[in-house]
Amino acid sequence: MSELLEIKDLEKSFYMHHFNKTIQGCSEVSFTLNQGEFIGITGKSGAGKSTILRSVYRTYIPTSGGIMYHSDQYGWLDLASASEREILAIRRNEIGYVSQFLKVMPRVTAIEVVQKALVEMNYSQEEAHKEARKMLSHFRLSEELWDAYPQTFSGGEKLRLNLAQAMVKKPKLLLLDEPTASLDAATKESVKDMIIRLKEAGTSMLGIFHDLEFMESVVDQQYNMKQGMMHEEVQT
Amino acid sequence: MTSIQIKGETLMKGNNLEDKPVLRVDQLTKRFGPGCSYCEHEELKENYCPVCGSVRACSNVSFDLDRGEILGIVGESGSGKSTLVKSLYFDQQVTSGSALIHDYKNGEENIFMESAQQQRYIRNYIMGMVYQNPHLGLKMDYSSSGNVAEKLISAGHFHVGNIRDRSAELLEKVEIPVSRMDEQPRRFSGGMQQRVQISKALANNPPLLLLDEVTTGLDLSVQAKVLDLIRSIQRELDVAMIVVSHDLGVIRMLADRTMVMKQGRVVEQGLTDQILEDPQHPYTQLLVHSLL
Repeated sequence: MSELLEIKDLEKSFYMHHFNKTIQGCSEVSFTLNQGEFIGITGKSGAGKSTILRSVYRTYIPTSGGIMYHSDQYGWLDLASASEREILAIRRNEIGYVSQFLKVMPRVTAIEVVQKALVEMNYSQEEAHKEARKMLSHFRLSEELWDAYPQTFSGGEKLRLNLAQAMVKKPKLLLLDEPTASLDAATKESVKDMIIRLKEAGTSMLGIFHDLEFMESVVDQQYNMKQGMMHEEVQT
Repeated sequence: MTSIQIKGETLMKGNNLEDKPVLRVDQLTKRFGPGCSYCEHEELKENYCPVCGSVRACSNVSFDLDRGEILGIVGESGSGKSTLVKSLYFDQQVTSGSALIHDYKNGEENIFMESAQQQRYIRNYIMGMVYQNPHLGLKMDYSSSGNVAEKLISAGHFHVGNIRDRSAELLEKVEIPVSRMDEQPRRFSGGMQQRVQISKALANNPPLLLLDEVTTGLDLSVQAKVLDLIRSIQRELDVAMIVVSHDLGVIRMLADRTMVMKQGRVVEQGLTDQILEDPQHPYTQLLVHSLL
């Protein structure tokens, strides 16, 4: 298996100018993610799990350390210092991100949210529409919501929409921030099903979980985070 | 759909030019006032010169804008946001600096050094501008279609039928009913006036659109409608845009990248979500923490 993502001594701290103090996000984080592999991260709230994911997605600028990623378009590059143009292209075509909270645009319907992810990858509108329908029905989002605005959706519905818009791209790397919170058992099954399908297609994943049972059924390797540091767990 | 053949100089548009930025601004400086040897050579603490009283509205602003990209500019009142876009649209003469536009002479000429005639050409073909105040962008005594037609005529179209068809098409795109296209914009609501301005700015399919506080002062539902329109234009026409706003919500919705200005300087720039979630500069942190 070839390596896709290699994180070396990642450290992220937040300096708050107003209070003149530093908040530690994570430190000394190092691990390697191979192609088609799934790494799960557990830990208490505030342990720095999301910080790692957001640093990989470059929502956060790492304080030190490197995030080497093998991109189709640019070859090996450090996501911590890559140019904005490169990051935008990689986000569009190669990385899917399921955040904890879906931020939606006003007056954009659910199906358009999913469709947009594909149109950005140069799919035609019709093709994107077809794929989006498939994905939404896979996640059992009721059909009458497809043409509604997601602002008023319930937590679970928003999460399913969020999963659909990230997974429909069949990305090279998928970042999952609690993908099963607030989902019922049947929907969890559909999430698991899609994770397995994507894994077979070669997608590498990095996920954060509180639901240990679900996590152990899908991941290859797991880490536990405590106070911003990472500890490897027993292989499942 | 009617299309009009553009007369005069052919536009140097191409599809394989995506790697070059549409607009490259380098060290743009705009000073109001006479200037003196002190403020021209010393690094000013504030944007105000204590010796001659000149105000430096923009100091050494540099950035790139890619094709089809939306760049957000945020900052408090008086930070030089509007001065920047107005300078780019030649409403104000810059003190120094350069701007290269890829669709104009292949990006080899500094547009600020061009003749007035060439600058008018750039305004007509290459840039569209939407002002915060519709009175600046529209002639309130003309009909709405007349306003759009004005832009078409200045770009060299003279066939009245074609001009009318094209104006109707543009106004329809921004959801102004065709039955009202002959009304004066002064009889329209603020949101409608903004939309007429947008259709006017788009008249000659420019590759670059400058939007100065377009949603400020509009109520939420109308604001959503205007944002909707801007987004669909970007999606369909692949226009690069500079969106100036002090509303971080608007920037979050629209912009890929964001530039934060304070006292005429760019204090931080980066991906929009990075600016909002992980602001680095003290001023940006203050701004983000003030977000409702």
